[in-house]
Amino acid sequence: MPASSHPVLETENLTIRFGGHVAVDSVSCRYESGSLTAIVGPNGAGKTTYFNMISGQLKASAGQVRLFGEDITGLSAPARTHRGIGRAFQLTNLFPNLTVLENVRLAIQSRRGLGLNLLTRASALGSLIEEAEILLDRTNLIERAGETAAALPHGGQRRLEVAVLVALEPEVLMFDEPTAGMSADEVPVILDLIREIKGDRTKTVLLVEHKMDVVRSLADRIIVLHNGALVADGPPEEVIASPIVQEAYLGVRSGHA
Amino acid sequence: MLNALLSGDLPRSRGLTLILLAILVGLAFAPFLFPGTRSLNTAATICVFIVLVASYDLLLGYTGVVSFAHTMFYGIGAYGVAIMLELWPASWGGILLGSLAGLAVSIALAFVIALFSLRVRAIFFAMVTLAVSSAFMILASQLSGLTGGEDGLSYRVPRELGPAFKLIDTEILGVKVDGRLLNYYLVFLASAGLVLLLLRFVNAPFGRVLQAIRENTFRAEAIGYRTVIYRTIAVCLSAGVASLAGSLMAIWLKYTGPDTTLSLTIMIDILLMLVIGGMGSIYGAVLGATLFILARNYLQNLMDIGASALGDLPLLPALIDPDRWLLWLGVLFILSVYFFPSGIVGRLRAGR
Ligand SMILES: Nc1ncnc2c1ncn2[C@@H]1O[C@H](COP(=O)(O)OP(=O)(O)OP(=O)(O)O)[C@@H](O)[C@H]1O
Ligand SMILES: [Mg+2]
Repeated sequence: MPASSHPVLETENLTIRFGGHVAVDSVSCRYESGSLTAIVGPNGAGKTTYFNMISGQLKASAGQVRLFGEDITGLSAPARTHRGIGRAFQLTNLFPNLTVLENVRLAIQSRRGLGLNLLTRASALGSLIEEAEILLDRTNLIERAGETAAALPHGGQRRLEVAVLVALEPEVLMFDEPTAGMSADEVPVILDLIREIKGDRTKTVLLVEHKMDVVRSLADRIIVLHNGALVADGPPEEVIASPIVQEAYLGVRSGHA
Repeated sequence: MLNALLSGDLPRSRGLTLILLAILVGLAFAPFLFPGTRSLNTAATICVFIVLVASYDLLLGYTGVVSFAHTMFYGIGAYGVAIMLELWPASWGGILLGSLAGLAVSIALAFVIALFSLRVRAIFFAMVTLAVSSAFMILASQLSGLTGGEDGLSYRVPRELGPAFKLIDTEILGVKVDGRLLNYYLVFLASAGLVLLLLRFVNAPFGRVLQAIRENTFRAEAIGYRTVIYRTIAVCLSAGVASLAGSLMAIWLKYTGPDTTLSLTIMIDILLMLVIGGMGSIYGAVLGATLFILARNYLQNLMDIGASALGDLPLLPALIDPDRWLLWLGVLFILSVYFFPSGIVGRLRAGR
């Protein structure tokens, strides 16, 4: 199964129902290696739910998720993480009473498969700590490495969320509104990081983002979800210019924080 | 060296360091510092309960899993030794075999309970442990042919662990070097070893994952940890160490019965000790167990002295009548939880 013949990630007719409500409706989409796809749509469109089915937090009602052509729909979230699907959450989701450093170190430890080691001192595994510190440096968190995650301001927690994702070194990186609620001077740190990942051209990035200027400057492609269905898919200028998007969402959205 | 022995988990507070040192010295030299059967008994009980509470902390404090089966595993270890020493009286083989059998049964039972109930919601695990340990208590009292029923089992330990055995004829610091002393040091050294082992577990990569699970299970899964596996291992390790603590208690007491091992009263004591000392730190278990057992064993004496000193004042002597010791223990408990919600260790570390 040569990886080149398959897209890195693919969803086929991916669907989830909550009772009678179809939150994600038969979404088929392929994501190529090195691409950055922005996913936009109004609140409640199903973007986060779509992410949850790809990274395994929710089980799809129907359809498939494929990674390098392999069906991973039945795998648990941790199994998907080890296969290379990494996820940052819309609502900050950290280990609040552990230190900033430990939040990142745990992700590195997971990637290296060291979690079941019972007899080595974690504090003696210096390379994990060094690696975590490098990432904290890149996300401007190094000064606060020893504080608990809960002690960070909102923007700091968002950056830590991204640092944890990058620490996993996934093939597919999924960002769910990474800059939401950040002050203007904090946003560039995150965007630079995403730009850097994109610049490597080896990773596949999915980005949910409401800010149109951010989407325009980063994305190779935009897909639009509405009421759970994929309603537009194409290069940024084309999608943004399309009447359906202009009227229905982006006109309303442009003022959205 | 010390850092490695403590697995990098230093007390990080002057007050805590001093208290821990005092407890260590007090227990290490208990036979010489506090001669007498009763105080040696207290010291041995403290040693065993430190292990028992610390192993419970691995579950409750580190992993955030509530279990009511801890005394069951403690009891299995104790009954293992008791039954084997009934079969092979006064033998070292009985002790060894009993401890190992108890350990194996405890871990196997813990594994089965975890397998069937951890996948469901956390509260379900708590309920299952309560049910299983209640059933086990009934079983232990029904199978009187094996367990001695309500009366329990009295048995002989190897001669080298009894008062009749003299290691050397001369006394050291006025204390006879007899088998009783050896028995105490067996309990002390084994307990110290088990505490250091637990300290290693919680400070190893594995223990860090347990804390992550306690903090945010969802996120622990998302970064790639299969939490059910980690919880299951934690449940088994905790059960195994509790079982060994029970074996030590059985060797020390030369008696094993439902009241000394299986009862829910002990389960509640363990919880109280952990909450007083501070959850999520092995040192909390050390402090909590020590203070609680000292208070339980000597509060009555203190109150007795106090009551007689106050003579015929109205009301006050009645209030600190030794019979009210449980009331005061309760008051102490409420005060400590109120003033130190994160336990004494949490308070000491925060206030450094
Ligand atoms: N666990 C659930 N149970 C029931 N309904 C759910 C659940 N999760 C999501 N939904 C519903 O699915 C729909 C899509 O929600 P989702 O969070 O995916 O939207 P979104 O596009 O991420 O919105 P936002 O921009 O506000 O983040 C909503 O109507 C939501 O109420
Ligand atoms: Mg969302």
